[in-house]
Amino acid sequence: MFEKIFFLLCLSTALAEQLCRPEASDGYRVRLSIKTALGDEAYVWNDNEMFLFRATLAFAMRNQISGQEFEVSNIIVCDETPRVSFWFVVTSPQNTSQLVDKESVEEAVRKSRNRINSAFLLTDKTLEFIGIPPTLAAPVNPDTPPWLIVFGLVMGAVGAGIIVLLASSVVQKKRKNDEKPDDEEIDEETRVKTVENSAASEGIYNRSFSDDERFTHM
Amino acid sequence: MIKLTSPPRLLIQRVTDGEAGGAEQKEGTERPKWDNKVQYLLTCIGFAVGLGNVWRFPYLCQIYGGGAFLIPYVIALVFEGLPLLYMELAIGQRLRMGSVGVWNSISPYLGGLGVASMMVSFLVGLFYNMILAWVLWYFFHSFQSPLPWRDCPLNLNHTGYLTECEKSSPVNYFWYRKTLNITPDIETSGPLQWWLVLCLATAWCLVYICFIRGIETIGKAIYITATFPYLVLTIFLVRALTLSGATDGLVYLFTPNVSLLLNPKVWLDAATQIFFSLSLAFGGLIAFSSYNPQKNNCERDALIVGCVNSLTSIYASIPIFAILGFKANENYNDCRNWNILKLTNAFNIGDENITLENYDDWLNHLNTTDPSEVESLSLKTCNLQTFLDQSASGTGLAFIVFTEAVIRMPGSQVWAVLFFVMLFSLGLSSMFGNLEGVLTPLLDLHMVPPWIPKEIFTGLICLTSFTVALIFTLGSGNYWLEIFNSYVGSMPLLIIAFFEIISVAYIYGINRFNDDIEWMTGRRPNIYWQATWRFISPFMLLVVFVAYVVIEAEKRPTYNAWNPDYVNFPLADVLHYPEWVFAICVLLSVLPVVSIPLVALYRFIGLLKKYIMNRHNPNPYANEFCNGDL
Repeated sequence: MFEKIFFLLCLSTALAEQLCRPEASDGYRVRLSIKTALGDEAYVWNDNEMFLFRATLAFAMRNQISGQEFEVSNIIVCDETPRVSFWFVVTSPQNTSQLVDKESVEEAVRKSRNRINSAFLLTDKTLEFIGIPPTLAAPVNPDTPPWLIVFGLVMGAVGAGIIVLLASSVVQKKRKNDEKPDDEEIDEETRVKTVENSAASEGIYNRSFSDDERFTHM
Repeated sequence: MIKLTSPPRLLIQRVTDGEAGGAEQKEGTERPKWDNKVQYLLTCIGFAVGLGNVWRFPYLCQIYGGGAFLIPYVIALVFEGLPLLYMELAIGQRLRMGSVGVWNSISPYLGGLGVASMMVSFLVGLFYNMILAWVLWYFFHSFQSPLPWRDCPLNLNHTGYLTECEKSSPVNYFWYRKTLNITPDIETSGPLQWWLVLCLATAWCLVYICFIRGIETIGKAIYITATFPYLVLTIFLVRALTLSGATDGLVYLFTPNVSLLLNPKVWLDAATQIFFSLSLAFGGLIAFSSYNPQKNNCERDALIVGCVNSLTSIYASIPIFAILGFKANENYNDCRNWNILKLTNAFNIGDENITLENYDDWLNHLNTTDPSEVESLSLKTCNLQTFLDQSASGTGLAFIVFTEAVIRMPGSQVWAVLFFVMLFSLGLSSMFGNLEGVLTPLLDLHMVPPWIPKEIFTGLICLTSFTVALIFTLGSGNYWLEIFNSYVGSMPLLIIAFFEIISVAYIYGINRFNDDIEWMTGRRPNIYWQATWRFISPFMLLVVFVAYVVIEAEKRPTYNAWNPDYVNFPLADVLHYPEWVFAICVLLSVLPVVSIPLVALYRFIGLLKKYIMNRHNPNPYANEFCNGDL
């Protein structure tokens, strides 16, 4: 009896190994860079962490395909390297020798990517699913672009400055014009005087006719 | 024989005018003047110290053998820069008029020189302010976190980045696409880019507010715009020297390579750099010194301005190159880290086992164990020298290279803001000189009806310049700016300067000029000034001009276009100028200079007319022989 159980176990692992072949069609390679992400606080990758990974992935599959109850045993992992990287495939809970197709796995991972990342304290860059590009975070687009705000401030200040300068020069001119009529009155008086004086000195005395006495005295 | 108007009578007339305090201006206001000597010096220094000191001199230093470049640079300064500078300041101060008035006074046949200076000042002011508009655009965008030129934007379905950005780099993409929205060649104009129009309007408004009453307001603004760049350069210097890789950059910059001095192009570039750096032949320096009292030591002023300009160039190149060294170091480390990641992933070695230090050992080990695999990875060859060589000058340095360095510095926004405000102040103080080179001649020629207040007139100048400069806001605007920069801001200036120094030395007369200077400063110029004014500087200018024309005429002019559809993108697509564009280039070079012979011809025709009229209707009461000499 025990031999039978032992035989079945060996068979199942052998089958599992056959199902999980690196670079086969229905699986993905996972690559973790724990030391890069966490530095001194990096945890060691061991079987417990692997168990957590399989459990998280089963969770993701359950979310994706409702109704089917994926278990940890449905996630088969192989080809572990010191990198840390490995290959995984997902078997269907109804038929353990059949693999779930690639697209569903990809969808599941995409949907729950955040949860998977946070389970391991990693990011999209440090927990890579090779072949599943991460959905990049959409950039924050504020309603008014910030540059327009700065532009508005600068233009407002400059515009105010120009208006102030123009106004001050208008005020200065007005003040000068108010002072000018006083100066002009003084000027007029002096001008009148000079006109009077110059009237006397107008004209050149023509001497050529002043000497005709000499000739007409016959 | 037609005699040119004799200078001696002019000299005496000017002397009496000067002593009487500008008799011909008694009807209106008297000539504006500087509040104090410091204002005047700062304005001249601000005009001379411009964007070229920051983004052209360090580049030249680097490509022409570092410290060795200082030799031709200093020689050019001593034999070409300082004499021309002293001459311009002296005649402006003596004759108390802008460029057109000054040359008209020396000889009516030379009035064209002033017109040429005025035209060049106007044309250069157009594109120079466009550069300031770009600086403002980057300044407005420096108040965001993260800086917009750090990351590529995402493509439509958010799975990756835009191809144009991925192939080049985020910094390039932000400059060519988001800022310029550049077209693939100069013939495709594209529409007016509204954001650039806004920035250009802001730039012109900022210039207007400082320029609104001429030197009255310029003199106040210059205290800030001329001194602020030095403050920022010092801050950058302190920060840059603490960055890693700074010493690599500095060593690279200053390591002298004397063998490069045998290349004549080095000497040509040193001479042109000094010439354009001191902003000679624009008429701006003449305008500034014309507002001085006549008894002012302009020799000392010229020496101060010339030396401060060169020292600023050298001082600015230190933080620039420290930061470029830092950037090259970062790029080098990125390159090596990329290689490391490739190896780690391919050979499934533990994460972070290969570091920058043991990279070489690992590579050797892996090469010996599995060379074919290593081959297939196509690792990059990372060479620090290649990254240091990736320098640039001009807008490339400020908007591409430097912005990339800034994103890697902690506190990027602060450094970006400081840098762009510094560039703006440098450019603004140079714009003052350009605009004064236009305003003062127009005012002196009394071409402005007296009922237009000065504020409105300066506003009109700014508005006209803004309207014409809108061509630079088109999609192809950057290509047009390059054309203006190469064809207006170079050859015409050399021609004008050559005629200037010939006029003063031989037409006005070097002896009379010496007498004037003795009257103004109390000292006759010494043998150094005599030799340079009479022979050395004109000769050097002639040689530089001929060499310049020869080098430019050798090859058909080409330009670098940014074309995302180009086969070798992101390398620049080198295109030839189409015929009509080339015709415009030639027109731009010739138009300012053509006024020199045109005005001379016009006066000559006027003289001929008078002569012919006198022959036909002789006036017996007019005694021609007494008119000429006194």
